[in-house]
Amino acid sequence: MAQQTMIRALHDGLREEMARDERVVLLGEDIGAAGGIFNATQGLRREFGPARVWDMPLTENGTVGIAIGAALAGLRPVAEVQFADYLFAAMSQLVNEAAKVRYRSQGEWSCPIVVRAPYGGGGGGPDHTQNVEAFFAHVPGLKVVIPSNPADTKGLLKAAIRDGDPVIFLEPKRLYHEPPGEVPDGDYLVPLGRAVVRREGSDASVITYGAMVVESLAAAEVLAGDGIELEVVDVRTLQPLDFTTIAASVHKTTRAVVFHEDVRFGGFGAELAAFISEVCFDDLAGPVLRVGALSLPTPASPELETAVLPNAETLVAAVRHLTTLH
Amino acid sequence: MRRQDDERMRFARLDARRITLDLQADDLLRAYRNMLRARLVDERLAELRAQGYAAGGASCRGHEAAQVGCVEPLNVGLDYILPYYRDLAALLAIGMPPEAIFLNQLSRATDPISGGRMRPAQWNSRALRVVSASGLVATQTLHAAGIAFAAKLRHENAVAVTFFGEGATSEGDFHEALNFAGLHHLPVIFVCENNGIALSTPQSAQMSVAHVADRAAGYGMPGVIVDGSDVLAVIGAAREAFMRARSGLGPTLLEVIVPRLGPAGSMPDPHDPVEQLRVYLISRGDLSPEADAQMRADLAAGLDAALKAALAAPLPDPATVGEHLFAPDSASPSPTNPADGGKER
Repeated sequence: MAQQTMIRALHDGLREEMARDERVVLLGEDIGAAGGIFNATQGLRREFGPARVWDMPLTENGTVGIAIGAALAGLRPVAEVQFADYLFAAMSQLVNEAAKVRYRSQGEWSCPIVVRAPYGGGGGGPDHTQNVEAFFAHVPGLKVVIPSNPADTKGLLKAAIRDGDPVIFLEPKRLYHEPPGEVPDGDYLVPLGRAVVRREGSDASVITYGAMVVESLAAAEVLAGDGIELEVVDVRTLQPLDFTTIAASVHKTTRAVVFHEDVRFGGFGAELAAFISEVCFDDLAGPVLRVGALSLPTPASPELETAVLPNAETLVAAVRHLTTLH
Repeated sequence: MRRQDDERMRFARLDARRITLDLQADDLLRAYRNMLRARLVDERLAELRAQGYAAGGASCRGHEAAQVGCVEPLNVGLDYILPYYRDLAALLAIGMPPEAIFLNQLSRATDPISGGRMRPAQWNSRALRVVSASGLVATQTLHAAGIAFAAKLRHENAVAVTFFGEGATSEGDFHEALNFAGLHHLPVIFVCENNGIALSTPQSAQMSVAHVADRAAGYGMPGVIVDGSDVLAVIGAAREAFMRARSGLGPTLLEVIVPRLGPAGSMPDPHDPVEQLRVYLISRGDLSPEADAQMRADLAAGLDAALKAALAAPLPDPATVGEHLFAPDSASPSPTNPADGGKER
């Protein structure tokens, strides 16, 4: 067990899977000699050679399309896209091709690719900080994974690489270096499709993922001072979604807040809130609240970014409101 | 007189090609049979569409020599083929049974191509290494480059050959694929079946270059133009491209100019590739008019039986609609939601 940053956990997860399975190849812009824009692939080209770590020309659509081809030929490609915002350039390859290869061929062909991308707030402005998860979670045939800490990053990444189908692996880039966390030694795997309760609580549940898990844990500390015990559920994979863990938590606490960094309107939180309302209606002591970003682009200036994105304080206010309602 | 002189010249050219390519009478008869069979299947598909049995699909009429010629050097089961929706003749020539084509056109449960999941002519056959195709234009060119890159890195001798119309060469995917293939000298062949018109837009309104093949220069690969009504010319160009790919020299952009023919039943067209080959084979004594008539009759009888069987095949079972979204051992995509009446979605 060692303290590691998320970026280190990413690097180790990639390295271990490359060593374990020679079909695993990496491709992306500047990932070879340069080691990736955030250093996730540092040294891997030297260790595994250029046949395993491919520097791509500047084309996100091309990178995803080439990765699909390599997967069709039997490899296990892991593509890095420098910012999740650039995935919009690859939408047709992801949605019309990767997501449908297995289904349309009745299982004759499959597309086991992982597309990794840093995403979300932490500076970069309207086209370098977007929370893109809802676009992909909506598409049947894609899996969507979002870790919130170094251990999950490694375990989920390794599981994603071993998965037989396309996985969009979104990395909250503001957590890349802070906070570090314990990462178990050895071949550590976290299966896709399982949420986890990060903190037990009895008064309300926050259903969240990614960087907002860290904010939720901070909010729980503040609320504990008021005598409100907040349960924090880290969804971890949006598709497949672990309905069972979410429903069990809401059943226990009777109050639910859905919390993500993405724009609240039309975000993945709407799906979570609808599910909770449908399934836990009899358990609920109040409405399911949603906390998310304003319906605005995320500006580059830190002051303006903070004004748009939600945080621990926003969540504290929502939980206080919910617990005083009833 | 002029017409006869032209024909004599053409036959002399074909004789020369045939010797250069070392093709025997049997080889030419096999190509002719493949082209003729594709024509007869295509006519039956057109009838099915006209009768309202099936929507979608596009005719390969006039493309027979281009397609049969291009797959002549293909090593079936080793090389990958990434076709587009017109490639009926290519698929039949590499061994897809006509009944599969009919089942696909009719969206039957036993359609081996997609079981009714895709519109007709979005080809697929794992056994023949026909890579599952979408209905999008040019997306498969990137897959071909990715497959070729994987094959090269793993020192497999496989070639990827992908087909598309000239309209596809305006898509970004096409340029991204050629750039990557040229950069890494990949064993991939890009075949453009150029009929000069994308749906309704003529080539002159699509690009500023005179030939699709001109685009190859920007990606460091040869761009070759060949007459798609002459199967021998296509075989020659395809063999050259496969030789380049297999020996590590890299990709080729092969522009096959295909004729636009009138609808089935119209007057014989001098540009018709099937007719051209038939006239040549008869002039050389490789095929008698009687043998030709017998071949047509035999093919038609086989196709009519296959079509009859396909029409009797069952429609897809709605209970199977959820199959094959994810790998069988995969975590359930969306576990049971009680709001759906407890049904797994």
